[in-house]
Amino acid sequence: MAAQNDAVLKIEGLTKSFQNVHVLMNIDLAIEEGAFLVLVGPSGCGKSTLLNCVAGLEAPTSGRILIGGRDMTDAAPKDRDIAMVFQSYALYPNMSVARNITFGMKVRGATRAEQRSALEKVAHMLKIDHLLNRRPAHLSGGQRQRVAMGRALVRQPKLFLFDEPLSNLDAKLRVEMRAEIKRLHRALGATIVYVTHDQTEAMSLATEVAVMEGGVIAQLGPPQQVYDYPVNTFVAGFIGSPAMNFINGRISKDGGAIRIQVSFDGATRELPADHYPFGGGIEDGAEVILGIRPEYVSGSDPSADRPNVALDLVPTLVETNGFDQHVNLAFGDSEISGRFSPREQIKLGTPVRTRIDLSQISVFDRETRQRL
Amino acid sequence: MTDATLTSAPAGRATRRGIVRVALRGLLYLLLALFVAYYILPLFVMAVTSLKSLDEIRAGSLMSLPDSASLVSWATAWSSACAGIQCEGLQPFFWNSVKMVVPAVFLSTFLGAVNGYALSHWRFRGANLIFALMLFGCFIPFQVVLLPMARTLGLLGLAGSLGGLVLVHVVYGLGFTTLFFRNYYVTIPVELVKAAKIDGAGFFTIFFRIFLPLSPPIIVVTVIWQFTQIWNDFLFGVSFSQAGTQPVTVALNNIVNSTTGVKEYNVDMAAAIIAGLPTLIVYVLAGKYFIRGLTAGSVKG
Repeated sequence: MAAQNDAVLKIEGLTKSFQNVHVLMNIDLAIEEGAFLVLVGPSGCGKSTLLNCVAGLEAPTSGRILIGGRDMTDAAPKDRDIAMVFQSYALYPNMSVARNITFGMKVRGATRAEQRSALEKVAHMLKIDHLLNRRPAHLSGGQRQRVAMGRALVRQPKLFLFDEPLSNLDAKLRVEMRAEIKRLHRALGATIVYVTHDQTEAMSLATEVAVMEGGVIAQLGPPQQVYDYPVNTFVAGFIGSPAMNFINGRISKDGGAIRIQVSFDGATRELPADHYPFGGGIEDGAEVILGIRPEYVSGSDPSADRPNVALDLVPTLVETNGFDQHVNLAFGDSEISGRFSPREQIKLGTPVRTRIDLSQISVFDRETRQRL
Repeated sequence: MTDATLTSAPAGRATRRGIVRVALRGLLYLLLALFVAYYILPLFVMAVTSLKSLDEIRAGSLMSLPDSASLVSWATAWSSACAGIQCEGLQPFFWNSVKMVVPAVFLSTFLGAVNGYALSHWRFRGANLIFALMLFGCFIPFQVVLLPMARTLGLLGLAGSLGGLVLVHVVYGLGFTTLFFRNYYVTIPVELVKAAKIDGAGFFTIFFRIFLPLSPPIIVVTVIWQFTQIWNDFLFGVSFSQAGTQPVTVALNNIVNSTTGVKEYNVDMAAAIIAGLPTLIVYVLAGKYFIRGLTAGSVKG
């Protein structure tokens, strides 16, 4: 994404260190109005710290934060024109739902009439009209989350910040609220930065995903792009469930044909890789990691024009989930996972005809772990 | 059929176990009764003695109930007993104590709340050191600070005044009140403060609008603690007061020690009960909140 002047949020060279621990290193980021940016990564990757820096709850060690084109690096949280939703909801326990939602307006000196009309609108939008006189302690988790979102919505900020808002909800409610957030995003045209460790949430909500690892953004892009073209093995392994299969291989160039040699069970197979766009070219004998998503490992015949290879592999684990079967297959010393049609009869220990569709592979340098 | 024979043996064992259980229970109640008697007896002796006449005290036994209960010695203790050369009873000193204890409890509790809030949710540089020093302050024996405090009060022009006593009690109560509030407030989620900051609230808005409304349990604990400490204090009272500003504890001591001729046990006892009554009342009224506050833990958001 090209950084533009009208970016709602722009982060330049942001670094955050605690003594000698570098939590964030030289983060650059820009999002436009209406974007839904999801910061995703394992715990400790710095995603929450980054969000807290944007909110003004933590001061960056160096770098700049611009919100709506204005430098907000040193501004107080209340002056940043932001609203935030927390994982623990952070509702004021001593106030009713209505007062929770209007507290910010009250502190800012809005009139009673303004407060009431804003409250009515938000309560209606989130369907919490009937809860306004209750205390947070008397609400369910999902209701509390709605109230927390109401508190954010009522501010009509330039930028919404969500810090793992769904992590405390049970699985079913999480899916419901996820859809709700997505709907709100569309209805309001809001700009959102959203932190989560759940890659499913990231994929389903984001217009832009930033995958973070060890204080840096490993990859930033639309979800499908991140999914199809992960820049390194970390991103490849983190995004997608079940995780991408990694197979060690070696490049063999034979005239114009590029192949990837893969050895297992004492035999070597050569997989066609002519179609793979090796960026800067590739040397014969290069050690690589071949990445294949499980959905490209299956029993069904891929269409004939796609490069593929058929192998007989022994299933070691079968998990059924109704719409497909997730099967682990012995592959040399390791295993690869595939997705098979639920109608297919799969028996543990009995080799099964497995087709590997090679049209959507990723190839990584084995040493640098970067995409080739 | 066979069931009957099978169950009869365990049934016999069960009754024996039942007897043991009843016996143990009886023993438990007996012990508890002994403890109750042990704690209540002094109060009982004081109460009955205060209601007897001097003749009866000399003639009868310590434990016997009074032949004819009279409140004469209570009246004497309250309004005409002699503390040193002054013979106005406990009354003026009692009001001294009230005038000292109310502002001292209020101020030390309030400042403790602000301190605890700042120490738990506004982690400034050196917060831990300051907290450690305050904790240390809780454990300094009061005798150690008598002289420096006397000098300080002199410099401030508060020597011998009730204001001076209030200051001393506030300063030496702060360690405890801060500890109470800090430990209570650390259980309040940090995100609550973050949310309030984003909502635009500042240090004191968050304190008054969010933290204080969550604090009644710990306020009750702190008030009871401080009230008891300050009301019952003798050392500071005797050291930093002068004629006219002495608290009731000092006056009680003077009444008991300055009788000439016959020792009026009934008046002494009545005076002691009067001096101890306010703390008793506070416990009776707020005791259950005290227990609740001590065990109160997390505030769920």
